[in-house]
Amino acid sequence: MHADPKGVLTGVHFLDGDHACCEGTLAAGARFSAGYPITPSTEVVERFAWRIPTVGGIFIQMEDELAASIAIQGAVWGGAKAFTVTSGPGFSLMMEHIGYAAITETPCVFVNVQRGGPSTGLPTLPAQADMMQAKWGSHGDYSIIALCPNSPQECFDLTITAFNLSEEFRVPVMMMLDECVGHMTEKVVIPEADTIAITPRRFTKKTPEEFRLFEPQSDMVPDMVKAGDGYRFHVTGLTHDERGYPSMNVETQDVLVRRMHDKLKPFENGRAIYEAEFLDDAEVVVVSYGITSRVAQRALQLAREQGVKAGKFRMISAWPFPEQHIRELAGRVKAFVVPELNMGQMVREVERCAAGKAKVVSVPHAGGSVHDPDVILKAILEAAR
Amino acid sequence: MSEALLDIPVNPTNPVEPFLRMDRMPHIWCPACGIGTTVNCFTRALESSKLNLDKVAIVSGIGCTGRVAGYANLDSFHTTHGRAIPFATGLKLSNPELQVVVYSGDGDLFAIGGNHFIHAARRNMDIKVICVNNLTYAMTGGQTAPTTPASVISATSPYGVFEPSFNLVQLAEAAGASYVARWTTFHVKQLSRSMEEVLHKKGFCFIEVISPCPTLYQRRNKMGDGLDAMKFYKEVSKVRNGAPTSECALTKSGEIVVGKFVDRDRPDYLELLRAQMTESLGDRYADPEVSCSEG
Repeated sequence: MHADPKGVLTGVHFLDGDHACCEGTLAAGARFSAGYPITPSTEVVERFAWRIPTVGGIFIQMEDELAASIAIQGAVWGGAKAFTVTSGPGFSLMMEHIGYAAITETPCVFVNVQRGGPSTGLPTLPAQADMMQAKWGSHGDYSIIALCPNSPQECFDLTITAFNLSEEFRVPVMMMLDECVGHMTEKVVIPEADTIAITPRRFTKKTPEEFRLFEPQSDMVPDMVKAGDGYRFHVTGLTHDERGYPSMNVETQDVLVRRMHDKLKPFENGRAIYEAEFLDDAEVVVVSYGITSRVAQRALQLAREQGVKAGKFRMISAWPFPEQHIRELAGRVKAFVVPELNMGQMVREVERCAAGKAKVVSVPHAGGSVHDPDVILKAILEAAR
Repeated sequence: MSEALLDIPVNPTNPVEPFLRMDRMPHIWCPACGIGTTVNCFTRALESSKLNLDKVAIVSGIGCTGRVAGYANLDSFHTTHGRAIPFATGLKLSNPELQVVVYSGDGDLFAIGGNHFIHAARRNMDIKVICVNNLTYAMTGGQTAPTTPASVISATSPYGVFEPSFNLVQLAEAAGASYVARWTTFHVKQLSRSMEEVLHKKGFCFIEVISPCPTLYQRRNKMGDGLDAMKFYKEVSKVRNGAPTSECALTKSGEIVVGKFVDRDRPDYLELLRAQMTESLGDRYADPEVSCSEG
């Protein structure tokens, strides 16, 4: 299935990451968004509010992030592709509904333009300190996908990917921007609608009599319906059986939680999205994502100019963590260097997967700015020694 | 016992069965709880409304009343605590041909979810909110709610409630609701009629149903059992249709003013949205087609 041309602004544009992300939602087929203003993410929905009335959809500004993050899920069960956008404190408020989307297997997209925290922190300045929160922020065990663009072009492209993955796996997908990427203005090429692949909703072909709302298909993901079509289905955040009925016992919990946990295995094993460079001869691998990957690029160049065999592994999908790749690299490189705009979050995953086979060096930054490339360079040189 | 009472037909069916998920019975509610009575009234309203029930959706929050959605034979959503209204908002806007009913309790709708209630009323969102007000948090063991009247003993107010409580019908009117009514579970005919009325009324509609919680509220306050609750409601209720909602506050043992207080016509959210967009954009405005096409 291809994108509906109504939402696709084909052409060459000069856009910031937030606006490019908005164009991505429209190209992906999102026709509903609920939001609440918060810096530095608001531009995404400001543009959506401006664009959507001529495309044919609805934007509603809700009374808070709790409302926004559940209104989109009501819209999805009404048949829409929907998303919300937030940052910092707003992302914290949305956590309960990320869990609700996970247990009800509601496909939807959460865009988080990361700013410095904790609490109100640095509203206008960048950080990457919500990476663990994106994965673990709601209570209980569940799986999500998180993508980390490092340019406005990727804000457009990956937003479409985010919607497609959420439909395929029926999980909430996080677009983890940061303030720099969100506010950086660059060339964005939006292709023709018929070249943009769209994953349709997995509407069931079964009749209401045959259909069971949470019956896993061969890929462990259940097919879906929407309200108003005569299926008379029940959706609950309680532990439920295949009919969707509450069933609070050890057996049902085990089946449901294991399936929610395992259904992303096919993505984890072989479909991680990343960018690699100089890995063939690398002795030190810089693992980075988002804006930090662009700063690390400079350090990488300087290191190679000095004769250090440094390679690049840029995570584009950060969750599920690209475990296989890090394990494989750990067996043949000396060290990983992990710069992040946080006090060391994804580095813990690198460390876990390196499992002592390679040294892991964290290059933390408390946020508010980006690293000085020399700090990353120094870490690379020391790690190579 | 008379002979007539023993004359039970073979294969008896209850007329409300088609409206309920009978495979989920028995329900979880306590003996003499009022929620079942309200559900019975709701099924009668659904029946007499003649609506296509495939196009009626029900959304609940969390709590004893939050379980209603799971028993209704409709498209039904048991959401998070306090968030039934914003979920219903998204559902309605993405699929406007649905009649969306929010069915939840007083703690859910007016403590944790209070902000959503006033904003949905302000917007005149076309949803129907039925609040079963048992004056307490029942599911969690009878704690104080924003509706619990002064001097009532609760699990978290062991010396008596001293906070002022909400007058829900006044709150609903002030926030902009198109329709506001209150009944008790003694007033089953009137309640069914009000429910049917809102199923055909556009805009944000609110029905408060005063309902007994014999297990926690009544017992702790020495107010007797379910039958005593009915006698109490019968004794202290006064039907005053059109009464100023400011005069309808509840107390522990005082008068319960019931009736339809507000029935007015205001443009709803979608009408306002369409009018504004048409005025600003003219022919460029594209009517929302929010639902995505079949796979």
